Amino acid sequence: MTKRLLRGIAAGILYILPSTAAVAAVEGDSCQTDSTATTLMELTVNGSQWKSEVVAPQVLGGEELTRLNAHSVADAVRYFAGVQLKDYGGVGGVKTLDIRSMGSNHMGVFYDGLPLGNAQNGQIDLGKFSLDNIEEISLYNAQKSAIFQPARDFASSGSIYIRSRRPRFEEGRRVAGGVTFRTGSFGLANPSARLDWKISPSVSATANAEYTYATGKYKFRYSKRLPSGEMAWDTTAVRRNGDLHALRLEAGVFGYIPSGSWMAKVYYYDSERGIPGAIVNNVWKNSQRQWDRNFFAQGQFRKEIGRKAELMVNAKYARDHMRYLNPDTTLMLIDNSFMQQELYLSATGRYSLFSWWDIAAAADWQYNTLDSDMTMFVYPRRHQLLASIATALNYGDFRARASMLLTEVMDRTYPHETRGTSRRLHRFTPAVFLAWTPSGRNLPEIRAFWKKAFRMPTFNDLYYTDIGNADLHPEGTQQFDLGATWRLETASNPLMLEISADAYHNRVTDKIIAVPKGTGQYRWMMMNIGKVRINGLDLSSTSLWNLPAGISGRLRLSYTFQQARDYSDPSDCLDEAGTYKGQIAYIPVHSGSVAAGLHWRGAELNYSWIYAGERWDNSSNIEVNHVQPWYTSDLSIAYSLPLWTGDIRLTLEINNLADQQYEVIRNYPMPGRNYKIIASWTF
Amino acid sequence: MDFLKTRIHCAAVTALLILSASSCRDEAEIYRPDENQTGTAQRIPLTGFYLLNEGNMGSNKASLDRYTFADAIYSRNIYADANPDVPKELGDVGNDLAVYGSRLWAVINCSNKVEVLDLKTARRIGQVDIPNCRYIAFDGPYAYVTSYAGPVEINPDYRQRGFVARIDTLTLQETARTTVGYQPDGIAIAGGKIYVANSGGYMVPNYENTVSVIDAATMEFEKNIEIAINLDKIAAAPDGRLWVSSRGDYFDTPSQLFVCDPASGETVRTFDSPVSSMWLDGDSLYTVSSSFNYYTGNTEHSFAVFNTRTLEKECDNFITDGSGSKIKTPYGVAVNPVTKEIYVCDATTYVNPGMLYCFSPDGKLKWSQRTGDIPAKIAFY
Repeated sequence: MTKRLLRGIAAGILYILPSTAAVAAVEGDSCQTDSTATTLMELTVNGSQWKSEVVAPQVLGGEELTRLNAHSVADAVRYFAGVQLKDYGGVGGVKTLDIRSMGSNHMGVFYDGLPLGNAQNGQIDLGKFSLDNIEEISLYNAQKSAIFQPARDFASSGSIYIRSRRPRFEEGRRVAGGVTFRTGSFGLANPSARLDWKISPSVSATANAEYTYATGKYKFRYSKRLPSGEMAWDTTAVRRNGDLHALRLEAGVFGYIPSGSWMAKVYYYDSERGIPGAIVNNVWKNSQRQWDRNFFAQGQFRKEIGRKAELMVNAKYARDHMRYLNPDTTLMLIDNSFMQQELYLSATGRYSLFSWWDIAAAADWQYNTLDSDMTMFVYPRRHQLLASIATALNYGDFRARASMLLTEVMDRTYPHETRGTSRRLHRFTPAVFLAWTPSGRNLPEIRAFWKKAFRMPTFNDLYYTDIGNADLHPEGTQQFDLGATWRLETASNPLMLEISADAYHNRVTDKIIAVPKGTGQYRWMMMNIGKVRINGLDLSSTSLWNLPAGISGRLRLSYTFQQARDYSDPSDCLDEAGTYKGQIAYIPVHSGSVAAGLHWRGAELNYSWIYAGERWDNSSNIEVNHVQPWYTSDLSIAYSLPLWTGDIRLTLEINNLADQQYEVIRNYPMPGRNYKIIASWTF
Repeated sequence: MDFLKTRIHCAAVTALLILSASSCRDEAEIYRPDENQTGTAQRIPLTGFYLLNEGNMGSNKASLDRYTFADAIYSRNIYADANPDVPKELGDVGNDLAVYGSRLWAVINCSNKVEVLDLKTARRIGQVDIPNCRYIAFDGPYAYVTSYAGPVEINPDYRQRGFVARIDTLTLQETARTTVGYQPDGIAIAGGKIYVANSGGYMVPNYENTVSVIDAATMEFEKNIEIAINLDKIAAAPDGRLWVSSRGDYFDTPSQLFVCDPASGETVRTFDSPVSSMWLDGDSLYTVSSSFNYYTGNTEHSFAVFNTRTLEKECDNFITDGSGSKIKTPYGVAVNPVTKEIYVCDATTYVNPGMLYCFSPDGKLKWSQRTGDIPAKIAFY
């Protein structure tokens, strides 16, 4: 029992401590065949010994991830400081992540080490990634501050790394697996199964399948009061056309070679969903539908060469098919299909010049195509060459990382070149990270970074029939950050406490914004007209507690302050409705979260609370644009008991406990109180 | 050491408790109008005007503003205050506005309805459900409304014609419906005929190029008159000739203005003058435009006046004091029938609140006023 408890605490430390968990991400990235051994190995690599990354990411992983009442990656990332999730509501609603108010197009999303692309609109819908097969999510501001990584990893203004579950085996076993079934509100039926197979001592494989069905129906309520307090109107309706059918299949092979490792995986996702749409006066139901078929295959190989050099090669092919249908006969009939393909190749090398000085270089080639049956479509093709050089210096308590990325982009369109002709550009984007980790136990670690980055206009921005504007420039960002982390570990309560604080200033220039073309709002186009300056503060803390009667507890807190101001039009400052220096759309000044858990033998009680303060849906911060704050409490109880060689686990979740009627995006009502029951068996 | 840890943690928990206590949501209240004095009070035989703001698609921010001459008070967003019991207020995308008799008619495009309000109080009298409704005109006891949502044709190249609905202004019932061309927009009535400018905007690049003619008495479709692609606004001059604007295609064909003799079907005059919005005052047709061209990537503004009798352009820029440069996106124009003051709506960036500019008859800026999102249509009463 004691041993089990200790292991639990060890695992807790592993997953809660951002930096320690990052060790798992780096050191154990390629293959973990024995959980006990891995845990021990990771625990020995701790604190100042770890040298790969200067700025530790925010991490949610393992047990903590399963305790969050989160269904998708999107639900989980809401607990990170500094991010805002744009959530259109419901099981199938689009959910994209905005990091430090720079816009969701600046977010790089990496799945098992390789980038997920969407050259069409640049947005990755995190709601499509169920947590069923995810073991860790890490959020990096600016970039992963390591040097041994593909050039693409240096390219985004912020990155989220999603790591799927690696095969794990108890001592002496060759097969492991599990089945899970989730059901509850929204007509959810969600079975999944996983099988891990140890092919040889150095090679293991895993396969995972999941099916999600949901009617997506939920009640929502809109009401307004008179100034006297009397109800003016009060309407309850059922959210319709939010159904989802989705199948996900995933398989991977992971292998060790002497002083190296390799992995290969395939991913397939096939879904049909209703797009519930905006609820406006006289329109309480929509009928648009979307079909997605996503496939990718990727591989990675890494090997140390001698004692001083290391090599990594990555490759990926992705093919994404999307069909959008608007069958509403009162509107324009739209039935368009889009097919994107991406080919990505990357080679990275690292060399240790001295024990305190490493250098690395990477070269990536990425090729994107977009085809469609739209009229006047121009079939864009984009070549991107990314080359990076990076260096790492460790000198005593002081560590520095610097990188320079060169991006070469070349676009072609067919059958004829678009106006603006074929686009060709190259940009240099640097980044510098510094950290000082005093050896004294109780001093904080201080860090700072500066980074420039840009995002290319997406294919839709540039070439979408009748909307795109081929004259767009890339949208640029610049970030400055100064932060500190205090970490305390003792034998008494709290067992571990970590507090992290970051103050930052970001600038977004040439922000790409859609504006109508002048004779009515049915014809839009994209323009580089935005300028945003952001001052922010992220605070987060995690702690572990040893409570009486063998209860262990953990607490995770985060708070974000963001003043994200619109500097686009200095002349628009004449009255309170002016947009100059107004808080930009959907960024709350204050937001935060709490996640707390109690663990006693096989039983768990988890509570979480998420808060987003008042927002405006427009930089004109007046009453008609005001969006109410929202806060939801989620509660779950879980019980695990050993069965045969594994565990059976039952979970009951109650989400939005107070049944708050809220919106993240105006006119997209979110679900009220809802329930979920999860039964899983692992062996 | 432990003491420090506990202190830090207590501070964090306290901060969170404060945050949660101060985070209460206010009960959402109905919008109250913003009132302010703008310009100077005028004693004229007109009460004032209403202004309809479109609001962006999906935003549900169509809104109604009112200006009264006697006290020079501009009231922004008055609908919810006048109609506190209407769920989700005026609706999504206000497309057209007109005064007829003692009532104000507002065509709310994406809410699929025509809202009928009492002219004095702006209180709702009723609504007429017409899917994808666009513009409105009146004749005798009827209102005529164009709509994109005509009968669905069974055709592999799916196309859908629009229609004109006839509404009894007393009962607010639709009494007849006539199919016209593709995506009909502007509507004008003269000499017992209904003229509809068809855009074909859903069929890019195969735009429509006709004006449909309907006999008002029988509601029978009579003929299509070919003019130019992507027709938009239409006005019938006192002499019976039609002034029709085309949006062009944003590439090779620019936005233009045409004069058409409806009897012969001939286009008698073409002006290379872009038009976003037009207003007929006597023999003068005022136009404003903000037109985009893909090749140049430029948006050009114009404020032109045409004489419908002489068929000449009277002036290239009715703003004479240079203040036109303040206007970012000219989107609507109206002329006070009594004072002949000119009002220009500025949609600015389309996503932010717009502006209304008032010019004296000789084109000098008198005042400007903040409006709702995308101010588009003005109706005097």
